[in-house]
Amino acid sequence: MTAVSVPPKPVRRRRRLPAYAPWAVLAGALGVGALLSLLSGTFTFTGALLFGALVHVVAITTLSAVVEGRRWATDRLATTLVTAAFVLAAIPLVSLVVLVLRFGMERFSWTFLNDDMVGIFGASVEGGVFHAIIGTLWVTGLCSLVAIPLGILTAVYLVEYARPGPLKRAITVLVDVMTGIPSIVAGLFAATLFMVVVGPQYKAGVMGAVALALLMTPVVVRSVEEMLRLVPNELREAAYALGVPKWLTVVKVVLRTAIAGITTGVMIAIARVIGETAPLLLTVGIVANVNWNAFDGRIATLPVYVFRQYAQGGASVDRAWAGALTLILIVMLLNLVARLVSRYFSPKGAR
Amino acid sequence: MKRATWRPTRVAGLALLGAVALTVAACGPGGVDGDSGNDDTAATGGGADETSELSGAIAGSGASSQENAQLGWVAGFTEANPGVTVSYDPTGSSTGREQFLNGAVQFAGTDSPLKPEELEAAQERCGDGEALELPLYISPIAVVYNLPEVDAEHVNLTPEALAGIFAGEITRWDDPAITEANEGVELPDLAITPVNRSDGSGTTENFTEYLAAVAPDVWTHEPSDTWPIEGTVSGAQTQGMIDTVSSQEGAIGYADASRAGDLGTAAIGVGEEFVPYSAEAAAAVVDASPPTEDASDLRLTIELARDTTESGTYPIVLISYLVACSTYESEADAANVAAYLSYVASEEGQERAAQPDVAGSAPISDTLREQVDAAIEQITAAG
Amino acid sequence: MAAVAGSETIRRGRAPGRVGNAIFRGVSSSAGITIVVLLGLVAAFLVYRAVPALLATREELADVGFMRGQSLLGYVAPLAFGTVLSSVIALVVAVPLSIGIALFISHYAPRRLAQGLGYLVDLLAAIPSVIFGLWGLQFLQPLVGPLFQWLSDHMGWFPPFSGYVGPAKNIMTAGLVLAVMILPIITATIREVFLQTPRLHEEASLALGATRWEMIRQAVLPFGRSGIISAAMLGMGRALGETMAVLMVLAPGFAMNLYVLRPGQHQSIAANIANQFPEAGALGADVLIATGLFLFLLTFAVNLAARWVINRRAEFSGAN
Repeated sequence: MTAVSVPPKPVRRRRRLPAYAPWAVLAGALGVGALLSLLSGTFTFTGALLFGALVHVVAITTLSAVVEGRRWATDRLATTLVTAAFVLAAIPLVSLVVLVLRFGMERFSWTFLNDDMVGIFGASVEGGVFHAIIGTLWVTGLCSLVAIPLGILTAVYLVEYARPGPLKRAITVLVDVMTGIPSIVAGLFAATLFMVVVGPQYKAGVMGAVALALLMTPVVVRSVEEMLRLVPNELREAAYALGVPKWLTVVKVVLRTAIAGITTGVMIAIARVIGETAPLLLTVGIVANVNWNAFDGRIATLPVYVFRQYAQGGASVDRAWAGALTLILIVMLLNLVARLVSRYFSPKGAR
Repeated sequence: MKRATWRPTRVAGLALLGAVALTVAACGPGGVDGDSGNDDTAATGGGADETSELSGAIAGSGASSQENAQLGWVAGFTEANPGVTVSYDPTGSSTGREQFLNGAVQFAGTDSPLKPEELEAAQERCGDGEALELPLYISPIAVVYNLPEVDAEHVNLTPEALAGIFAGEITRWDDPAITEANEGVELPDLAITPVNRSDGSGTTENFTEYLAAVAPDVWTHEPSDTWPIEGTVSGAQTQGMIDTVSSQEGAIGYADASRAGDLGTAAIGVGEEFVPYSAEAAAAVVDASPPTEDASDLRLTIELARDTTESGTYPIVLISYLVACSTYESEADAANVAAYLSYVASEEGQERAAQPDVAGSAPISDTLREQVDAAIEQITAAG
Repeated sequence: MAAVAGSETIRRGRAPGRVGNAIFRGVSSSAGITIVVLLGLVAAFLVYRAVPALLATREELADVGFMRGQSLLGYVAPLAFGTVLSSVIALVVAVPLSIGIALFISHYAPRRLAQGLGYLVDLLAAIPSVIFGLWGLQFLQPLVGPLFQWLSDHMGWFPPFSGYVGPAKNIMTAGLVLAVMILPIITATIREVFLQTPRLHEEASLALGATRWEMIRQAVLPFGRSGIISAAMLGMGRALGETMAVLMVLAPGFAMNLYVLRPGQHQSIAANIANQFPEAGALGADVLIATGLFLFLLTFAVNLAARWVINRRAEFSGAN
């Protein structure tokens, strides 16, 4: 994309601002901002930045309008706003990471990762998340096993096979509705389902997986659907023209072209469910020991662990933050693996 | 051998779910039965010589107020009975009772006694037995406030002032209704922000019950587990309450006393004196309270004397019950539940929960313990 | 490859192609049907559990403590209002920002930086909601408190800003937390769409002498419009159904007004279910599930509206 981002020289020579102009204006604006913040009462860093940004937007646009003309001024304004949006959004997101790191590192250690909560109570600062990691991997893994293929196949059906008609419309609408299932209702559904089928005493990781799959599938469908639609028809037609059967076209051309987007969509879907708390508390409960079997017995999961540790207060709050950090690290790791996989499969030389 | 294979498995488990699946295939369900994995506990607890031969798993569910105490009890019980896995899901009292009644769990924790229709359902659930209701978690509810400038150990609040604050009639800390009870303490000219629990909670129910009993003129609302006034600042669960009060100077709230942390706690007017919360003062009010009308040998429900004027009692108390069956279908369940409840009722169990950093509860009196033990003895297996 | 070999391949390729086609078509359509069945089950479950609440008399409902004597409709209406209000605040904040970030990553940032940024955004899309709740309490609430106080003091003549009471546990804070939460989701989707803009369109626009912004307006935004709406809906879906973060940040209430800075005025359906469920009791649980049914319908309506908008713009889609 960046290859095209250098505008070609206009035919008639126009006066343009030098490349350093925006930076110079920014520096000046920040200075003025600091001054304004000082004048408005007490000097705060946030205030200086806020005022500075406002001054910069006004100054660069005016300057450009005078020197370069209206069209370029609009362009400058857009550039400034787009960059500002990015910087603005970075504040909460960066603070989030910093916060979790700061509080999480208090308790986070190799021992923390390798320990469970058997025998931990009161002000004890020991204990760890190993049992919850296993539980989260089990529950999310089982759930993904169902939701990802189901979601991708449904999206393929919607985009490649379905003709406009009642079934297509029904699926589209129902997937939309599914995104609106409150997570706790999904949990109740799974709990009731297993109570009817297996009996009231049964509690197991697989119940949580069912609840989460219900939440995850529509997210997969929607994002994959969007990505498949973006694959240009020319590619499909080229494949058909070469005599490639439709299903191979879908697998080898459409899905592979869209793989980066699909990966992003699937990761968003996993992230959507890996942090779910309410349905898991109802279905899989919480225990202190490691349970290796997702088909029998209560199992601890990271989000429930984080929420309960936080709710217990006192020394447990540190464990909650460390658990949150662990959860983020797991998601990061999964993300990294997914990226590598998608890079391996994606068509070479595309972008 | 077990320990030798343990560590490498764990590392692998961290990395890949596939590895987990393999390990499960290798270990089978044996892994479930709680090899503690915690080296310290395994070393000290496992070696205890009074190891019983009980085995199996029992599950409980219910009031989150008991969570911290239950964690302590489970840890202590498992040390003595390594063969039994006890779990407790803090799902809330109502859900706990429901799960108990439909057989999902063997015992429940609840902040309010079973209702009449639930007692009927309990008979069915317990195979013609009865439900036991044992008041094993008695905890003072502290009135917490955030006034960093005030250096008094406790701010004194009369019941009327307390009700006035939470009813929204007293809105400033230097209101005469408050300052009169606090001679020599400089109270700031600051708005009071009353904070309540946003979720349904036994703590709220007990607190509003207290307000309705002691200051019916000021507090005109019915006791309820949901806060009756709208448009208030509130927090979800105890931690949410504590966080909310901590984040606003001048805020006041109510919470399980063990969770007060750095916040100030009020001394409450009882009769002529002002009593700060303490385990002893909470135990004193329970001892001064009669059983409810429908209490029995098995159901030791207590009618708290909220309006007591007896010296040295702290009347804002939460009693949380442990509910179990008098008859279980399986012998193992009966034995395990009986053993667990006896441990909870024992001096050791009550002392453990009473430690300030565990749950800060008030240990039950010896008289009550005798009654509880007699009730627990009634637990049998069917047939 | 030789022509003879080629024709052979075609002949051999046809039969498996047909079988493969049939199988693949069968598998993918049965996946679609599975979803229909699955949702049918959930809907049946919801309706089944909601019926007792829908049929309950006023006296019966009066026993449900948290309803405070309201009728079912009177209970649901403010909840639905609060849900929509918080999601609208979140969308109004998040969508323009997301478009900006996505443009920055796809068309403004240098290529190397863009890849890193894309990865960062993906990561943030992956942060679980419990953590957003903790963040809202620890970071955002103290940060916006003074700001809200200032707004309330100086702009209090504008009714929605009046009557701020600290701490900042109001619908505005909840909306902001939701906005930050859905920001990465929306951005990640929009970015993928922007990156798919046909390069020919962009180059044609630039060749005609357009500035970068004009090119974006002529080529990128029209192409991405359905994607933007779709992404916004994805974010809205999450905002509507978000439980934990709202639960931790918002002091709930059951009013229908626009006092966005006052505590105890609004509540969202999902957070309310999670908040009240533990102590709900049998009929109470049914009432809560009935509110869940309403959330279902609400999401349905919102999505239907979005679909309608997208379909009017279907000509920009690559497939069909």
